[in-house]
Amino acid sequence: MAKNIIEKIWDSHVVYEEPGKPDLLYIDLHLIHEVTSPQAFEGLRLAGRKVRRPDLCFATMDHNVPTKNLPTINDPIAKKQITTLAENAKEFGIQLADIGHPDQGIVHVIGPELGLTQPGKTIVCGDSHTSTHGAFGALAFGIGTSEVEHVLSTQTLWQSKPPTMEIRINGKLGVGVAAKDIILAIIAKWGIGVGTGHIVEYTGEVIRNLSMEERMTICNMSIEAGAKAGLISPDNKTVEYLRGRRFAPKDEQFEKAAEYWLSLASDAECSYDVVLEIDAEEIEPIVTWGTNPSMGTGITKNVPSVEDFETESDKAALRKALTYMGLEEGQPISSIKIQHVFIGSCTNSRLSDLRTAASIVEGKKIHPGVRGIVVPGSHSTKLLAEAEGLDKIFIEAGFEWRESGCSACLGMNEDIIPSGERCASTSNRNFEGRQGAGARTHLVSPAMAAAAAIEGHFVDARKYVKQEV
Amino acid sequence: MEPINQVKSVITPLDRKNVDTDQIISKEFLKRIERTGFGRYLFYHWRFDEQGNERSDFVLNKPEYKGSQILVAQDNFGCGSSREHAPWAILDYGFRVVIAPSFADIFHNNCFKNGILPIKLTEKECDEILEKGMQSPYHVEVNLEEQTVKGLDGSIYSFSIDPYYKEMLLNGWDEISLTFQYEEHIKAYEEKRIVF
Repeated sequence: MAKNIIEKIWDSHVVYEEPGKPDLLYIDLHLIHEVTSPQAFEGLRLAGRKVRRPDLCFATMDHNVPTKNLPTINDPIAKKQITTLAENAKEFGIQLADIGHPDQGIVHVIGPELGLTQPGKTIVCGDSHTSTHGAFGALAFGIGTSEVEHVLSTQTLWQSKPPTMEIRINGKLGVGVAAKDIILAIIAKWGIGVGTGHIVEYTGEVIRNLSMEERMTICNMSIEAGAKAGLISPDNKTVEYLRGRRFAPKDEQFEKAAEYWLSLASDAECSYDVVLEIDAEEIEPIVTWGTNPSMGTGITKNVPSVEDFETESDKAALRKALTYMGLEEGQPISSIKIQHVFIGSCTNSRLSDLRTAASIVEGKKIHPGVRGIVVPGSHSTKLLAEAEGLDKIFIEAGFEWRESGCSACLGMNEDIIPSGERCASTSNRNFEGRQGAGARTHLVSPAMAAAAAIEGHFVDARKYVKQEV
Repeated sequence: MEPINQVKSVITPLDRKNVDTDQIISKEFLKRIERTGFGRYLFYHWRFDEQGNERSDFVLNKPEYKGSQILVAQDNFGCGSSREHAPWAILDYGFRVVIAPSFADIFHNNCFKNGILPIKLTEKECDEILEKGMQSPYHVEVNLEEQTVKGLDGSIYSFSIDPYYKEMLLNGWDEISLTFQYEEHIKAYEEKRIVF
């Protein structure tokens, strides 16, 4: 019977099944960071348990690491959490990319870079953006700390098989429209609950034409559509990305693996429980104006008005969001002035993101009223960017060039946006207080963030895209 | 974890949809390495103003809802970050039951691991309960065994729940100990697992 990739991976990972019970699924890769793991390790210690497969775990520090003046960590509680992970990794024999280690970085950036992320794997992490790894055709999802403890102890998880959803992106993407705009458009169109309880596969010509890094941006924000996971069938791009990566199979084994990986792609005749389609031509650069990721619209549009909504609760939600965001109904998106730009996060901090932003700010100065920081997703991304001179372009334009980490995406370290100020951010969440108490976040692509940095307000980044002759 | 079956309490009506885990527990409180002590930070920025004073208009600060063990909200409760600190904060504050038309997946899972009962009722039923609770203190009795929420005004709402999780909550089982009973299956799987 024809199967989609979700069914193929799921079925090949069932350790035990029984009617009326969730399936016991085997986990191939467990990524660990400092914020959601300490209580899990403590649980193991209290119960006298060990880590079943330390060889299938990989840990790094990302959420609350400082991005400047390293190795000093001023916050004693953050420092405690960081040293706790180092101690736990040592005690339980887990590989760790510690602060200062060449492999350190945002967990969802380093997994693919190191070749740990591979098609067909089940991948979990105590972090909702684990869906990022789905770009490789892996079944990757975020879990809570109790589940982290469960995976550490048993290398398995009890999971009820969710229904599947296909999101097909038809047509041709406009020049200067980014992967970030696609996923923000999907969330704006169907809402933040559309994928709840489902695993999504993104399909269509537009997806096939995206680079691996762009695919990661799309899968990354599956959780913002409520989905448990989001993935893309592997193809030759997937295989070539992984060739030569440190943890990828080598030589003959690689060829065998590649053949297996490609066989995981959804069968032509497969079906899904739900199918949604969006036309790429209707997607333009998006800016979020509200306090959840579905509250976004095109750069050429306006902030919505109360009349645009039917139900009282939606009208109330709009008023509440606009009050928090300090915006007027009907205000043009391009009139929104910003004070901060953050280029970074597991959504948009990879080399191609930095290149895109750098190409826009090159030879220009950021607006006098704007403070910008660029936070590469990993130490190795930072070195690659520096080898190309991207750091100099950003610094000359007036940006701060930082060490890697989650940084201002969630403001657990010192990179916080002050109350009432506005940030054009390439991250993934614009919830109240996400980047700091009272901070106002607008989610955008790296190109849109860079263009806003130059002009001091939102502007259509397509005008900065060099037209190919 | 604590077993749960019957919970009798006034409900706390949180009339909002898409309550995200960043609101339930803000990032500045995620640095602790313990599982306990998060209750005082629950909905921190909704409960307290910038000077740390209680916001009197926020539902958790109203005296009629003090001691409530049942939180009722709108659609898509617990969306966003996977942080289990969110259910830890809810539990530590004193809630044992959350009622909403829908829950985000990770939050929903996290509840079961901590002895919190997440109940899905229809949007209409939730609206009705919220409405009653906002008018005057509304007392209900939740019974997991019977899968019912009974209002003291005579209303009865029934809910469905996965039998596996129902059993876990009723008995307060530790899931890891249960899984250890499948060790042979895990070993057998590891022997045939595809590895390159």
